[in-house]
Amino acid sequence: MPNNPTPVAASAPDAAPAPSPDRFRPADEAAGFDRPDATPRAASGAPSVHAALTRTSTGHEDLRQLEAGLDSLQSDAVRKARIDWSRILLPIAALVVLVLIWQFYVSLGVKRRDLVPGPLDVLGQVGVLWGEGKLQEAVWTSLQRGLVGFLISVAIATPVGLLLAQVAPLRRAFGPLISGLQVLPSVAWVPAAIIWFGLTDATVYFVVFMGAIPSIINGLISGVDQIPPQYRRVGTVLGANRFQMAVQIILPAALPGYLGGLKQGWAFSWRSLMAAEIIAVGGTIGFGLGSLLDQGRVLSDMTVVMAAILLILGVGILIELLVFAPIEKRLLRSRGLLSGSTR
Amino acid sequence: MPVVLENLGKRFGDGAPVLDDVNATIASGEFVALLGASGCGKSTLLNIMAGLEAPTSGALEVPSDGAAFMFQDAALFPWLTARENIELALQLRGVGKAERRAKANELLELVHLGGAGDKRPHELSGGMRQRVSLARSLAQDRQLLLMDEPFAALDAITRDLLHDELERIWKETGRTIVFVTHNVREAVRLGQRVLLLSSRPGRVVEEWAVTEEHRTDAGLAGQLTGVITARLREEIRRHAK
Repeated sequence: MPNNPTPVAASAPDAAPAPSPDRFRPADEAAGFDRPDATPRAASGAPSVHAALTRTSTGHEDLRQLEAGLDSLQSDAVRKARIDWSRILLPIAALVVLVLIWQFYVSLGVKRRDLVPGPLDVLGQVGVLWGEGKLQEAVWTSLQRGLVGFLISVAIATPVGLLLAQVAPLRRAFGPLISGLQVLPSVAWVPAAIIWFGLTDATVYFVVFMGAIPSIINGLISGVDQIPPQYRRVGTVLGANRFQMAVQIILPAALPGYLGGLKQGWAFSWRSLMAAEIIAVGGTIGFGLGSLLDQGRVLSDMTVVMAAILLILGVGILIELLVFAPIEKRLLRSRGLLSGSTR
Repeated sequence: MPVVLENLGKRFGDGAPVLDDVNATIASGEFVALLGASGCGKSTLLNIMAGLEAPTSGALEVPSDGAAFMFQDAALFPWLTARENIELALQLRGVGKAERRAKANELLELVHLGGAGDKRPHELSGGMRQRVSLARSLAQDRQLLLMDEPFAALDAITRDLLHDELERIWKETGRTIVFVTHNVREAVRLGQRVLLLSSRPGRVVEEWAVTEEHRTDAGLAGQLTGVITARLREEIRRHAK
């Protein structure tokens, strides 16, 4: 520590400098007070010269005030969030327009009504299916399977993805295979699964896993790849071991990419599930939306087919709107990544 | 415990040496400014002192518990609040959960950010982020604090204030600070000693003592700045072909 008493320390206690007029003058006076041999420096130049070279504040309290002032000048005022109605009304308007076009096309009578049913016919069929309890059963069966399959996929894919992203030899060895699996349509697994597991739920889950797991792993890996290298350096400097680095730094840093992978993983789960349900019907496999769709095809009932398609689409949209969109928005906002986007 | 660098050399692969025969002794509690133009291996030297890289020749003596490090960009984790960033450093150091919060608040108070603990990094100004970063490096509780151009990206007003702030904190905490910069004024403003590194290879070519008089007398400080700048330019001119 320096041995000459510093003007700052000498003129402490912090509370002491009363709001006197010389508060904002550079440290000359305080310094002169400490060193009797010092010559008066009143003429030693304009304060602006001092700025970069000597002390610019006259004490702790002065420094605190200056910083507080600068902080408030440099921080943005908090903007109040309000409900943006266009976010709700625009999608509804788009939907109405599409249904109107559909109705208009049907009313032209270009095609037979049983081949291209109108919106009202499909709505009527939905009502009938609801009355029979078939609709609830199909949606529930599929949704349950989709979610369970997806959650198990997440539980498997997350540690595997982290391991692959962190251990270079593993990544080099298995990376291409995982990417390849993502390209392979999971429907391709249905025949194999039927031979191995028969017409049971195991078949359905197997196909869902093969669809979702590679895509979640890939999302996580690409999320990890996009982490600024600085974060790892900071982790090392702060003394994180491998496990702490993976769980407390790499995983949260990769979260935006990981979430993208989860979204895609869900989409793949849902698609694979529908494919499996359409192809593998009967046995102990329950009655899902895919089964409903296939039943409509067998009966050549276009209203059932379209109702099933719209229900599959509807579930997908609902999950996106109610689950993923809020999580993603929160995540991005908390990291300051949302300003200026069109979301 | 002092930091001693003896005939330290570093080269990457077969390339020309980045550092060659660097000798320096830094006393405990000293504030040393390491000055040099681009390509003088300042950052490499810091990395070696921090244990992030190994020297290819020579020996160095650093505190066994390692060093705290502060980077040019604040490098705060965006998914944590200011306080949580500091708490993470404490946690990785092994501080118990109960103690962490109080200690983090104390450190925030030290850098005059008592009210900003719950803000995320993107809600803070550049100067505030750098102060959180300073608090985080203090949370590491190492005697040796290495700073790699921490104020280079800040505006002049903020930088002047942070110079005062850093000097105050240095005096309060008694840390040994090695401060890398390419700004002569900054080196004179902060260091007790200014070491000039040559470029390609990096080597300590000259050093100046900065006294308490220089802190308050702009004329003296200006004079010293002029001398050091002249020497630095001489060093740069050597590389003109």
